[in-house]
Amino acid sequence: MSALTVLIAGFPLLGFLCLACAPLLIRRPLSESASAIIGVGSVALSAVAWAILATHHASPAYVHLWQWVSLPPLRVDFALYVDALTITMLGVITGVGLLIHLFAAGYMRGDDGYRRFFAYLNLFVGAMALLVMADNLVLLYLGWELVGLCSFLLIGFWYRNPENARAAGKAFLMTRIGDTALLIGIIALFWQTNTLGIQAAMAALQDPGHNDRMLAICALLLLAGAVGKSAQIPLQTWLPDAMAGPTPVSALIHAATMVTAGVYLIARCHALFQSSAMAMQTVAIIGTATLLVAGSSALVQTDIKRVLAYSTISQLGYMFAALGAGAFSAAIFHLVTHAFFKALLFLAAGATILRVRHKQSLDAMGGLARRLPFLCACFGVGCANLAALPLTAGYFSKEHLLLAIWHNQPPWLWWCALIGAAITGMYSFRIFYRIFFGPVKANDISRLPPAATRWQMGVPLVALGLLALAGGWIAPPLESIFVDAHAEPASLVVGIAGTLATLLGIALCWWFLARRPGSQALGLCREFLRQGWGFDALYQRLFVRPVLWISRVNRGDIVTQIYRGISALSLGANQFLSRAQNGTLRWYMATLLAATLLLLLVVHALARVSGP
Amino acid sequence: MNAQAIAAQSAESLQQIPLSHGLALAAALFCVGAVGMLIRRNILFTLMSLEICTNAVALAFVAAGAHWGNPDGQVMYVFVVTLAAAEVAIALALVLLFYRRHHTLDIDQLAAMRD
Amino acid sequence: MELVSFYISALIALMASLLAVISRNAVHALLMLIVSLLAVACIFYQIGAPLAAALQVIVYAGAILVLMVFVIMMLNQGKAAVDQETQWLARENWLAPASLAGALLVMMLYLLWDSASRGAAARSVSAAEVGLAMYSKYLLVVELASFVLLAGLVGAFHLARRHTADSAASTNNAASTESVKSARGVR
Repeated sequence: MSALTVLIAGFPLLGFLCLACAPLLIRRPLSESASAIIGVGSVALSAVAWAILATHHASPAYVHLWQWVSLPPLRVDFALYVDALTITMLGVITGVGLLIHLFAAGYMRGDDGYRRFFAYLNLFVGAMALLVMADNLVLLYLGWELVGLCSFLLIGFWYRNPENARAAGKAFLMTRIGDTALLIGIIALFWQTNTLGIQAAMAALQDPGHNDRMLAICALLLLAGAVGKSAQIPLQTWLPDAMAGPTPVSALIHAATMVTAGVYLIARCHALFQSSAMAMQTVAIIGTATLLVAGSSALVQTDIKRVLAYSTISQLGYMFAALGAGAFSAAIFHLVTHAFFKALLFLAAGATILRVRHKQSLDAMGGLARRLPFLCACFGVGCANLAALPLTAGYFSKEHLLLAIWHNQPPWLWWCALIGAAITGMYSFRIFYRIFFGPVKANDISRLPPAATRWQMGVPLVALGLLALAGGWIAPPLESIFVDAHAEPASLVVGIAGTLATLLGIALCWWFLARRPGSQALGLCREFLRQGWGFDALYQRLFVRPVLWISRVNRGDIVTQIYRGISALSLGANQFLSRAQNGTLRWYMATLLAATLLLLLVVHALARVSGP
Repeated sequence: MNAQAIAAQSAESLQQIPLSHGLALAAALFCVGAVGMLIRRNILFTLMSLEICTNAVALAFVAAGAHWGNPDGQVMYVFVVTLAAAEVAIALALVLLFYRRHHTLDIDQLAAMRD
Repeated sequence: MELVSFYISALIALMASLLAVISRNAVHALLMLIVSLLAVACIFYQIGAPLAAALQVIVYAGAILVLMVFVIMMLNQGKAAVDQETQWLARENWLAPASLAGALLVMMLYLLWDSASRGAAARSVSAAEVGLAMYSKYLLVVELASFVLLAGLVGAFHLARRHTADSAASTNNAASTESVKSARGVR
């Protein structure tokens, strides 16, 4: 048991070490095949370990590895905790991770940084596994920061382009805001419960006598961390820019796993959030606002990857809304299905981009269905899931979400979620239509890649497509962990409403695409939406410009000037006094006498002043 | 007459010299020595002036010790003499060396050695 | 009676010191210095420090200054040196330093005057008491003083030694190495 849990995180970390240190050991560049075997193989082994763990061992289990810090009363153990939630998350990480690794082995072929790419990806998988298996908040924070680091490294993977480096820095800074809040929240929680263990802290919350306001603040701080990592309002602006990274990275980190860490954190600490109605409400409102804002932005994007990025933000918003409604298992279920179909969408998009010679703009595509039938089918399955068409995996999870919001939230939030569903239908259909149907714009299709690469990229697409179609029937067994708020039976009305909203969205989109209206007002509105509701410009004006202004004002650095003045003064005094060191004995004697005289005078005067 | 009586008598007679007079003499001697160190350029005279200063300090020690009937003053005197002996020995050796090298005793020329 | 003799001794000491300081001839100055030291020895005796008085005569005047006498004789300063001293002792050279020292003296005297001397039972401190104090309370300092003397001895010996033998040896060495080098070069 303990060996298996360690191996799940250990194989990818070992793979990372092998890939990172290989040039040192073998003293020549590692071949692409060897890199791929190490990179994919380590994750495959990890997935096998997960499969054995999931089928053969009862959860929950606690694995204590070693003591990390002991400063009474602070005690941090390097300990892992595995329960049904962890197993579910590990399944997504290792399973989807393995498929994406396999895809990347073909996709990245010929890149200069092939070995580096797999080293980063392996490190990411290990860190993410560590994050979800962590028994205490410090270990969780370690994994949290490591995945943030990997995200930074992989967004800026093609670092020779300054734009990519800028996007990486932006992602790092934006998530860091949330990370800092998370750290403060961890410390505050330790202050309140006197323990850092997640299970121990959640158990301690059940005891009476806690300061409710402090606990609410802790919950909000953890929420801020989750918001940063999961790209929710107001920290969502980094994710669309993060698409600068390679497409497999977008699929693995920025769709399937890392951005869901925030959802995992809230689900993991659900007892804390449930203790404060205000915190739950905040989660729900942030989620709903995000799903509307990001969904509407996705409607008008022209870059295929940015559409998918905004749709990811929007789907994460759904998960947050469900978390806020107390439907934790529904949120996790949607997390799993979303990982399947969004990874599928990204990989299919990546394969498409590869075939149209690295063009990402929707305007450069169109009518590709006849030329790329396989990719069209894969993308279609993904879009159907995204739009939650009936009988797909996305449909089942989305229905759970809507049902929970219907039962546990005020009606206006439910209506917002329903509108969001309609918008989802619109943009899903739009992107599918714009790429594969309509007038043919891209005649310049590159020829098929070699067979090995075709195999490496095809198998993951097929597997993910099947998972996305059938995933709805493999609901994760989370009843042992969450006492979900929605105990009510499925409502037919809600189900029909959701489906109708989606179909309405698709119909609207069809109508729009057929008519192509181009009025001035709509153009302005479109530009506003394309900029993601102007959040970037707002932050630019609110934070970046004042900081730049201050730095410009302080260009000479006032403090440095002060120190420079002090040093100049010292130097001057030194030069003046060193003139006294002229080596003449009589001069020394004279100064000695004069100083003595002065000292006596001062002492005498002081005695006169202080004496009677 | 026993020893105690002699001591008492001597104490009686010794009391007539006030401490401040002894210290004033020490101060005056010191200042004379200091003047000597300031105005003489011959290194021999500088050394002699230094001796006067040292002696003045020793006088202050002894006077204060005697005033309080304490042996510490004379102990300090012994140390001062020790110091003076060592200092004179080294200083005179240096003077000889200096004279042998430069054939002068002008202390201002010693300052030129700095450069 | 003691008071009168104290003042006489003090006057002698001061005058002798002053003469020593302003004398042109080094030997004269040294003699004046000895007179001054002897006068101070008298004062020591009068204020009740017989051991200090004896040491002053034996060690200070007797040993240290005799050392200086030897050195002055070795240096053999003649008439030229006296003329040189006369030239150096011009009025503009000594007026300012003297007034500075005078100011210091005035200040110190004023302070002494200001602090009233408190009468305490003054008594003669015998040599035995001093010896006891030195070898009990100040034993460590005595040891340190012996180190100072030793250092002075070694230092003076090293500094005053003529280096002719040494330098001759070193030049010999240099010459021999040169010859060895040249021999090698030939071979």
